[in-house]
Amino acid sequence: MAEFSTPTTEQQFAENFAQLKPVMNRTEALYESSRCLFCFDAPCIKACPSGIDIPQFIRQINSGNDTGAARTIYEANYFGNACGKVCPTEVLCEGACVYNLQEVKPIEIGRLQSYATTKVIKSGEKLFGPGADNGKKVAVIGAGPAGISAACELRSLGYGVDVFEAKAQPSGLTVYGVAPYKITNEETLAEMAYLQAQFGYNVHFNSAISSREELAKLEDKYDAIFLGIGLGRTNELGLPGEDKINCTGAVEFISELRQHHHAVAVGRKVIVLGGGNTAMDAASESSRLGAENVILAYRRAKDEMGAYEFEYDLAKGVGVKGLFNVAPVEITGNGYVAGVKFIRTETKDGKVREIAGSEFVEDCDMVIKATGQAKQTEFLSLIPGLKLDSKGRIMANAHTGQTGNPKYFASGDAWNGGAEVVNAAAEAKLTARGIHAYLSK
Amino acid sequence: MPDLSINFAGIKSPNPFWLASAPPTNSGYQIMKAFDAGWGGAVWKTLGVPVVNVSSRYGGVNYRDKRLVGFNNIELISDRPLADNLREIEEVKKRFPNHAVIASLMVQTRQEWHDIVRQSQDAGADGFELNFGCPHGMCERGMGSAVGQEPKVLQMIVEWVMEVATKPVIVKLTPNISDITEPAMAARRGGADAISLINTIQSIVGVDLDQFAPYPIVDGKGSNGGYCGPAVKPIALNMVKNCAQHPDIKLPISGIGGIENWRDAVEHILLGASSVQVCTAAMHFGFGIIREMTSGLEQYMVEKGFNTIYDMVGKALPNVLHWEDLNMKYKVTANIHKDKCIGCQLCYTACEDGAHQAIKLNADTRVPEIIEENCVGCNLCSLVCPVEDCITMDRTDDDTQHLTWKERTEAGTAPTEFNDEKAGGRHHWVPEPSAALGKERHKTLPGKARLYSGETVLPTEA
Ligand SMILES: Cc1cc2nc3c(=O)[nH]c(=O)nc-3n(C[C@H](O)[C@H](O)[C@H](O)COP(=O)(O)OP(=O)(O)OC[C@H]3O[C@@H](n4cnc5c(N)ncnc54)[C@H](O)[C@@H]3O)c2cc1C
Ligand SMILES: Cc1cc2nc3c(=O)[nH]c(=O)nc-3n(C[C@H](O)[C@H](O)[C@H](O)COP(=O)(O)O)c2cc1C
Ligand code: SF4
Ligand code: SF4
Ligand code: SF4
Repeated sequence: MAEFSTPTTEQQFAENFAQLKPVMNRTEALYESSRCLFCFDAPCIKACPSGIDIPQFIRQINSGNDTGAARTIYEANYFGNACGKVCPTEVLCEGACVYNLQEVKPIEIGRLQSYATTKVIKSGEKLFGPGADNGKKVAVIGAGPAGISAACELRSLGYGVDVFEAKAQPSGLTVYGVAPYKITNEETLAEMAYLQAQFGYNVHFNSAISSREELAKLEDKYDAIFLGIGLGRTNELGLPGEDKINCTGAVEFISELRQHHHAVAVGRKVIVLGGGNTAMDAASESSRLGAENVILAYRRAKDEMGAYEFEYDLAKGVGVKGLFNVAPVEITGNGYVAGVKFIRTETKDGKVREIAGSEFVEDCDMVIKATGQAKQTEFLSLIPGLKLDSKGRIMANAHTGQTGNPKYFASGDAWNGGAEVVNAAAEAKLTARGIHAYLSK
Repeated sequence: MPDLSINFAGIKSPNPFWLASAPPTNSGYQIMKAFDAGWGGAVWKTLGVPVVNVSSRYGGVNYRDKRLVGFNNIELISDRPLADNLREIEEVKKRFPNHAVIASLMVQTRQEWHDIVRQSQDAGADGFELNFGCPHGMCERGMGSAVGQEPKVLQMIVEWVMEVATKPVIVKLTPNISDITEPAMAARRGGADAISLINTIQSIVGVDLDQFAPYPIVDGKGSNGGYCGPAVKPIALNMVKNCAQHPDIKLPISGIGGIENWRDAVEHILLGASSVQVCTAAMHFGFGIIREMTSGLEQYMVEKGFNTIYDMVGKALPNVLHWEDLNMKYKVTANIHKDKCIGCQLCYTACEDGAHQAIKLNADTRVPEIIEENCVGCNLCSLVCPVEDCITMDRTDDDTQHLTWKERTEAGTAPTEFNDEKAGGRHHWVPEPSAALGKERHKTLPGKARLYSGETVLPTEA
């Protein structure tokens, strides 16, 4: 039984993908902010990768200084609005809130954060501006959380900044990857427009940097280059039948969904391969698009999944069924996907072993592979001196973000291997400071 | 079941809960509704001379998300025709003969007082409350607190009233005075049967930050008003106690001020009140709060074995002493119950910055530790701790000694110099002033500073 009927209008889409963390109104914000204890050396701040002064901004909201609250948030994190909605707060700030130890609901920090920032974004109030022009220029590749955060911080330090983005819209996976029930496109883009109006960096859309020549030009023209390129396409599985119609990568499927909403068709029975957060998202999204059956197939046991527990709960909540200890061996079908042939597995001493002779076919008409994003190793190999670790992540100084090629700096998924928006935003701010230190030498 | 009924200076009431003279007692309709809901009595909205009110009239004090912890008004006495009020008093008394209906009065001349007392008596009022309290509007006309602040005038007016009153007379006192027992004594000298207190306290509840005007705002301007509601209870309790402990006043007291549940009422009673009056809470939540008040009071009386209200009136008075009579040998020390602590460290920062640097933090735990030698037993930490019973103040003296300041003075052992061995703070350890500098910057600076000081741990693994 489908939990949701297939949405055919924007309104139905919005209903099926209703926001998990809707923006608070003033009364709600007042009540919630009243609960905050203003802890000393607050554990919530420590748990926030961008170190937002949470008790301070909550106290500001409580005293009616929403603008000051937004400033506090943005001073630590340029994706303050998006983070309030998309951060896995259950394992970050809210997970650390002292109320948990009393078995009391933690403060809804994320929603308070989006409340204050939404207000300044809507009013367009000027809170920040570029620093005095220092005559130096930095090129930023990628307009994701890392790239845009670096651009803001660099502008505030007085650098001229040009951002080059392969796609047509800013914010990277925030608008192309994150589940639509966490944040809407309008919200994401409104924050981007707000930041650009405040800091005045240039963004060149549809401008992928992909050749040695293009890189050489940037090296020539700019004093430093920031890499905020994130990760690449969904990893190939290398299975027979993977090229069948309706077998798609999760990142690609979600990107379509974010851009085209209910115009994206989903199968009646969908199998999602993977056990990470992206798999949970893709499964939930399929269900909300009206799929009758959604099966989440994972190679190992349930408790070995990489996904956060609350993400799995969310998927279960919309009718997704888990199928564990199964490895796909073939995508079956004639042109179109008709099923997945699995083999059962067991985990021994931490290793997954297939159980011979246990193959079976699970019928379906769509397969979504949520088996991780590839690293952009080929592109990165065009940068002399830049080194990658064994997992394909850019190697860079932990405090300055400087890579093996001193002119290049990196942050975000391309460096950390794939984390959250908040990590990219926090790292990029620090790296911008690293660039500044390097160019001020 | 305990007996909640009272006989207050001759005014009988099925329970001690009365509505104070105020908007909830503005009409027969409201008072019937209140009696129907369970209130024992009502002091009619003050009757007197013709008045005109302004709009707006009320201002509130909110604390965070809590509305009306304090309330103020610039309203005057009843603006309804006297004849209507008198007719409705009669109607209410007919329908509720066993409930207390008290006429609150405020006029100027002797003749006016005589007239209005007689008229109310004829209408069937069970007693009178003389309003010498209103701190705005009426005092400018020589009534209300203008009378309450002048014991001689107050006494004279009480005498006028006593000349014609055949029913008990209560004098309602204004708190806008330095010693509440003075007008109380004047009431006694004038022959009053009882006192009630407190009326509202002169106040400005807030200032509009955009209009630069005090609340409530009347056409861009404001005026001082009268303050009441939960916030005034501590002031009221102290004044009730002062009157109850005074050796010469010896009048029944109707306690008023900040009462909104049975606990507040019991507190007033334990300090000497034998009836209680409520205004703000009824204005905020309606008459329905009476059910909680009576049931709470009943439950309390059952638990304590009190059969009548009089078993508890003034029961706390013997324990309210002057400071100089308190036992200086008694000592409590803060004790943190680790298992309950949620690690907010509010106790730490409160004692560190606001008290005696008697709490420390240790590595690898968020549970603070009390430095016993430094704890003076001030209670602050236990007051800020958000968890019930997490910090208890435990007795640490051996309960064998008793010595008061008065006894020390009398025995000539009170300290006379700062370096006196007997002075309290002498052996108390206080850190060097310069030890404060930069001590907690890494913990109190905003996130940005943490980020740049490299404290934020960056993820190296995905
Ligand atoms: C399906 C999915 C769901 C997610 N859900 C959440 C979530 O709920 N909450 C959360 O916090 N995080 C979530 N994340 C993770 C989060 O989106 C990323 O960690 C974050 O966006 C990383 O930011 P980034 O700037 O490093 O990379 P990206 O967001 O990937 O941005 C990189 C940008 O660079 C551009 N680019 C790449 N190469 C080039 C080039 N050569 N030239 C020009 N432009 C280029 C890309 O087009 C892109 O716009 C999710 C990720 C996925 C895949
Ligand atoms: C709007 C308003 C009008 C009042 N009018 C009168 C009045 O006419 N006569 C009077 O004696 N007291 C008047 N009071 C004072 C109340 O009777 C009472 O003494 C005071 O509010 C304290 O009690 P509370 O804390 O329960 O409100 C008024 C109070 C308010 C709020
Ligand atoms: S831990 Fe919770 S209560 Fe304490 S400051 Fe943070 S949000 Fe407020
Ligand atoms: S105030 Fe209470 S809960 Fe908070 S740290 Fe102190 S003892 Fe623990
Ligand atoms: S009782 Fe006072 S002095 Fe003692 S630890 Fe608590 S706050 Fe500090």
